[in-house]
Amino acid sequence: MASAQTNRLDDGGLIDRSAPLNFRFDGKAFSGFQGDTLASALIANGVKLVGRSFKYHRPRGILTSGSEEPNALVELRTGARREPNTKATTAELYEGLEAASQNRWPSLRHDVMSVNQLFAPIFVAGFYYKTFMWPAKFWEAIYEPAIRRAAGLGRAAGVADPDHYDKAWAHCDVLIAGSGPAGLAAALAAGRSGARVILCEEDFVPGGRLLSDGGTIDGVPAAEWLSRTLAELADMPDVGIMTRTTLFGVYDGGTYGAIERVNDHLPSPPEHQVRQRLWRIVAKRCVVAAGAIERPIVFAGNDTPGVMMASAVRTYVARYAAAPAKRIALFTNNEDGWRTVETALSAGLQIAAVVDARPDVSPAHRSLASKGGFPVLHGSVSGVDGGKDGVRKIAVSLTGGARAEVEADGLAVSGGWNPAVGLTSFHRGRPTWNDDISAFVPDGAPPGMTAAGAANGDFGLGACLSQGFAAGATAARDAGHNGKAGIAPVADDEAFSLTPLWHVAGKGKAFVDYQHDVTASDIELAQREGFESVEHLKRYTTLGMATDQGKTSNVAGLAIMAAVSGRSIPETGTTIYRPPYVPVAIGAFAGHHRDETFHATRLTPSHHWAVEQGAVFVDTGLWKRAQWYPRAGEKDWLESVTREVKAVRSGVGFCDVSTLGKIDVHGPDAGAFLDRVYINTFSNLAVGKARYGLMLREDGIVYDDGTTSRLAEDHYFLTTTTAKAGLVMQHLEFCRQVLFPELDVQLTSVSDQWAQFSIAGPKTRDLLKEIVDPAEDLSNEGFPFMGAREVTLRGGLEARLFRISFSGEMAFEISVPARFGDAMARNLMLAGAPFGVTPYGTEALGVMRVEKGHIAGPELSGTTTAADLGLGKMMSTKKDYIGRVLAGREALTAPDRQVVVGIKPTDKARRLRSGAHIIPKGQTPGPGNDQGYVTSVCFSPTLDQWIGLALVERGRERIGEIVHAHDPLRGEDYDVELCNPVFYDPDGGRQRG
Amino acid sequence: MRIVCPFCGERELGEFTYLGDAKPMRPVAGASEDEVFDYVYLRDNVAGETSEYWYHGGGCRAWLKVTRNTLTHEISSVEAAAGAGAAKVGA
Repeated sequence: MASAQTNRLDDGGLIDRSAPLNFRFDGKAFSGFQGDTLASALIANGVKLVGRSFKYHRPRGILTSGSEEPNALVELRTGARREPNTKATTAELYEGLEAASQNRWPSLRHDVMSVNQLFAPIFVAGFYYKTFMWPAKFWEAIYEPAIRRAAGLGRAAGVADPDHYDKAWAHCDVLIAGSGPAGLAAALAAGRSGARVILCEEDFVPGGRLLSDGGTIDGVPAAEWLSRTLAELADMPDVGIMTRTTLFGVYDGGTYGAIERVNDHLPSPPEHQVRQRLWRIVAKRCVVAAGAIERPIVFAGNDTPGVMMASAVRTYVARYAAAPAKRIALFTNNEDGWRTVETALSAGLQIAAVVDARPDVSPAHRSLASKGGFPVLHGSVSGVDGGKDGVRKIAVSLTGGARAEVEADGLAVSGGWNPAVGLTSFHRGRPTWNDDISAFVPDGAPPGMTAAGAANGDFGLGACLSQGFAAGATAARDAGHNGKAGIAPVADDEAFSLTPLWHVAGKGKAFVDYQHDVTASDIELAQREGFESVEHLKRYTTLGMATDQGKTSNVAGLAIMAAVSGRSIPETGTTIYRPPYVPVAIGAFAGHHRDETFHATRLTPSHHWAVEQGAVFVDTGLWKRAQWYPRAGEKDWLESVTREVKAVRSGVGFCDVSTLGKIDVHGPDAGAFLDRVYINTFSNLAVGKARYGLMLREDGIVYDDGTTSRLAEDHYFLTTTTAKAGLVMQHLEFCRQVLFPELDVQLTSVSDQWAQFSIAGPKTRDLLKEIVDPAEDLSNEGFPFMGAREVTLRGGLEARLFRISFSGEMAFEISVPARFGDAMARNLMLAGAPFGVTPYGTEALGVMRVEKGHIAGPELSGTTTAADLGLGKMMSTKKDYIGRVLAGREALTAPDRQVVVGIKPTDKARRLRSGAHIIPKGQTPGPGNDQGYVTSVCFSPTLDQWIGLALVERGRERIGEIVHAHDPLRGEDYDVELCNPVFYDPDGGRQRG
Repeated sequence: MRIVCPFCGERELGEFTYLGDAKPMRPVAGASEDEVFDYVYLRDNVAGETSEYWYHGGGCRAWLKVTRNTLTHEISSVEAAAGAGAAKVGA
């Protein structure tokens, strides 16, 4: 049975008393109402202690009622959905909510780590830097694990997040942050002018401070004006209000980041719905009406549970009908704090006293005091008597030196208001100091952004409305909308008189940054030790570096620094503001880009057929490629791959090679263009022929390779490696558009348009004859090695046929439109059955290319030259081409470069592995005698042993030499013989046959 | 960041790929190694307005010459880069 809501007021509030909700905090059952936050429900149940502080494990309560909350952080939910450091002040209550306090052991009420307070003198600023320095070897084994156990707030779930997150784009003319009076007035003006408006409100109800502070607008109560305004906005089709959405960042070109907590207010998202959605909003103009944050005053014991911001007290009483205390004292240095007295009295709560730091109090407030029967004390709160059960007594230093005590069970504090200058400062704008309100106000806002109302330092209701309205109208006009905005809503402005007060000297800890346990004396110490600059102060004391980013603490911290260093606050300055304004889950940034949808997946045209064959797939970039096709009874991949290789070398096999990049090059200057991008010449290639080409980067290093065929006088068909397909297209477009605009040539990426299969082995022609129209001449004379032309297939389909060979066998590659790829694979199987056709994967492809000494990715490593790869003779001396000049640099043509060579183990039974270093035989391996490394290895079924390719210093001159392979990673050492990289059919008779 | 492609209109950064400084011109075919070295490697580190190549690979595949202020990220002009890097033609 849930305990009674002891501190719930009998009436009022924006809660639905007909909808009670049960929840648990630290295992104990409570109840609240629909419309509560976890914080307001805890307050309604008389709970004051909600957490322990970061460093000293001091008891902490609820300080604020919004996203600036530094104290009331809880672990929300359980199991995989457990979310640490969730602000109780923004977590909406739902049926069955479970939350736990953090940073305490064994329980919140009895926390052994609170002994840290006894050692407080050593836990000062820079404590970690000073204490855990020596001996150095203690760090990893002793200090760090101990610190990690003791520190940190909530615990992460430790298992994968079961929920989905989404990312979306939105576009509008006017983006508005905040739905208080300024934001709503801006939306009215912009919407009436005809602009497309998006208004983001982080709360789950629009209205901002109107929900707590009320007032009179256009002669009616604020609540009535609010519902009237929301109705008018709802009728405007181009105005959208997004609640539960925080604008957290400003990026270049009018792009904004917002996080929408779509289903955080439910136990778990409904089926097929996301938990949160990350919005990128593109807006022509932005009005920041994000309001202001009330700031604490630093005094001894100011972190005692029951000490709360004055505006938060009003919010809990007026909006949630929950009384944080029965007998409240107020400590204020400004007029606005007094509004809490009015709210509390009208809710039937008692005011113990008002401690006002200003020299004068208005006659109206004096009469309020006498009517309410409480004293007004001129002075400051200098101490709090209380503990985990809350406030008991308050010590007051009266102006003139006398002391007084006030009995109260709650203390409301108002030190003035700081405009929320985050959004306006994210482009390194530096807010400027305004003496009238003793606060920083926006300056240097990003282009297109203006602040209005409290966010701009104008706190009066009338000013918020008129400024917001004017900003909305101007923003709409600037975005090109000139409709009639009408008349701005009108309200009176409240007086705002403030006497700055940051810190009250006193005995005991006075907290500046509650979440990081930074005290006033830490700031004084930082100043004494020379960390006077605000950026140093921040990092040395960790002031403002917790999850709340110092929303309630930064200004007080630098005001104290200013005082002790004898400078003014504007001279002391602010630290740089950076997004995000509120914490955003990494999951929201990732969106759907996780697990199998981390990136797009590209499937080859024969993929589904390969799946039916039971192929094992390998990820190559975005592609899934068939790696091998296991058959029943085969014990491992090597057995399958060896079978596939033998089948190709003795009969016929085929492999889907559609992943290669394919580019059609059209135009009268196509040949001239290719001459400039390849090291060899293509303009003299005969129509109907293919040629292997190598392209360099402009710095002379090899970029990519592939075959290019001339299908017509003005039409070449170029292929690239799988990995570089997109990059080569980009590079060629750069050459065509930027470097050689005078050439009449066009490039078309056709990688996805063609399904391409390699068909290889001595029986290739037999198989092809079953596929290709009998009228096509496939004989060695009619279709010689390196021939390339369009052919007609049986049934009339037009295809492209290339007599090229990567395997070293008699081979063709055949291209058909991609939609026929699946059918082609099935037909090859059908037609090839009499010849024992064998599909082979990338692994067998790789084995055959190593046997043949063909270079591939491991050799095209971004460090090798054409000569290193044994292809130096291809470099034309009769023309200019990309990379020609720098390829001739001294170091790139040095005789001792590492070049491609074959390797064989001297022990024929030994397995080779890539990455082993090549060392001269008989020497102790070291950086001084490292002569290269093994790039590619395979078990060669043809040679019945492991073979490999390596890059070895002067390798080609050293054929036959025995060298040492040193593999410290795997702890292997063995001898290998350097040999000709072409292990199989070195004179190429088979591929020409 | 957003770039106004002269062919496609205003598009989001993700559609574009950055290459680098658009100032260097590719030297003529007979240029010395030093000239080509400067073309490939030497870049000014500009604090202020600079011109740079961007590729609209997620759109029209045009190479663009974008004038951008490195201090403010403000883009003052975008034009097709046709011929921008061809001082004198090679070959």
